[in-house]
Amino acid sequence: MNEPVVRISGLHKRFGDNHVLRGIDLEVSRGEVVCIIGPSGSGKSTLLRCVNMLETPTGGTVRVLEHELTDPDCDIDRARTRIGMVFQSFNLFPHMSVLDNICVAQRKVLGRSAEDSAARARQLLARVGLSEKEAAYPAQLSGGQQQRVAIARALAMDPAVMLFDEATSALDPELVGEVLGVMRALADEGMTMLVVTHEMGFAANVGSRVVFMDGGVVVESGPPAEVLGNPREERTRRFLASVRNH
Amino acid sequence: MALTRRQRARAFRYGVYATSVAAVVAVALFVDWGKLSGALFQWDLVTEQFPEILTRAARNTLIFTVFGFIGGLGMGLLFALMRLSSVRPYRWFAATYIEIFRGIPLLVTLLLLGFGIPIATGWRWPNPYLQGVVPLSLVASAYMAETIRAGIEAVPRGQMEAARSLGMGYPRAMATIIIPQAFRIIVPPLTNELVLLIKDTSLISVLGVTDATKDLARFGRDGVNSSANATPLIVAGLVYLAMTLPLTQLVAWMERRTKAASR
Repeated sequence: MNEPVVRISGLHKRFGDNHVLRGIDLEVSRGEVVCIIGPSGSGKSTLLRCVNMLETPTGGTVRVLEHELTDPDCDIDRARTRIGMVFQSFNLFPHMSVLDNICVAQRKVLGRSAEDSAARARQLLARVGLSEKEAAYPAQLSGGQQQRVAIARALAMDPAVMLFDEATSALDPELVGEVLGVMRALADEGMTMLVVTHEMGFAANVGSRVVFMDGGVVVESGPPAEVLGNPREERTRRFLASVRNH
Repeated sequence: MALTRRQRARAFRYGVYATSVAAVVAVALFVDWGKLSGALFQWDLVTEQFPEILTRAARNTLIFTVFGFIGGLGMGLLFALMRLSSVRPYRWFAATYIEIFRGIPLLVTLLLLGFGIPIATGWRWPNPYLQGVVPLSLVASAYMAETIRAGIEAVPRGQMEAARSLGMGYPRAMATIIIPQAFRIIVPPLTNELVLLIKDTSLISVLGVTDATKDLARFGRDGVNSSANATPLIVAGLVYLAMTLPLTQLVAWMERRTKAASR
């Protein structure tokens, strides 16, 4: 395998007395799609949020490309431009049109011109199938459309890795497919992705690796067919049985 | 014969209504309307107020209000950001400032800064307007800081996280993402504060103001002194209403609109 894009080692996170992450080691190589599954409260979202320092780890190191984010000397803002993040609640900027949502950081952070950033935004809107919505405001879009704009907004920074934090959990069931479709297309194009998800079908079909977390540790990780089809660990088996039996 | 509960309630409502009507009729009958209207509202005195009450007094009230509001808004934003800062001394300083200036009456602040300090130190205000505007802004900023802080805190946390995850630093995320949304939220309460400020400028009249910097309240008071009639103050009150009523109606309209939008 080639040089990893994300390298997490010995990661700990405590919220007061609550020890959420208890020593996580995880590497994501270029072009890999790593799906993190596990029961709620297992620390998977916290892990993802530690990768771009939305949560400050209590211990351990996080490296993305040449940036060591846990180094106090790291320019976090610069490192974050290489890390795209998609949130469960979309978090589009409600006071800006779709086009401005995708352009604002290109212009203010990357210093691109208005024309260049708009051209890049239109190209990405076409890719997520929302070209006709560039003048709309977020409140005028469905949840699925908002999430696709949010994906385009993150991609506009030309990130080296994309983080998806339960990107479809807040969506009505009939809208999940369109967002998963965009994510799958992205994976097919070779984007490096770290995906926290409850969609076992996505993990099985798109993931190059599945990581099962429970109680703040990685219980089991490997190819989807193994972890989902023939888990070694009893905890993984119990979790999979519980998500499949409803 | 016993009344039902509903009949008793109706009888009580009629009783209250009849008493109110009787009170209004009594006032109308016993007051000497000719004398009262002569003392409160003499038409020739009304016309005498114009145009000076508008070209000078109302203009000065507007100057005090506009500069007081701008100064209060700027400093209020600064103190709001300091209260939300992760740097503890900033938070303490802003909290102390806000508590002090919200806890002291505006009149005392005005007298202290506009009057007390110049007398005690021999220092003079370089501009007679500043003498009123500076204390007014200092007090207004304490109230506005709390309003702005509430607005910033009402913007969902995910907005800051999304902006930061796109590589924006904290100041840039605040300026381009959070504060524009916060101001939309606080336009109605901020307009209410503007109304309070218009009325509060009347307190500036206690300072030794020159003829040129007289505000509406001082103008009305001087009018009463020279005419021995209450008309000038009543006219001044009407001019205040002409400024504040459109603003309070605007706030009511904005609140109805947001209520309709959130339905």
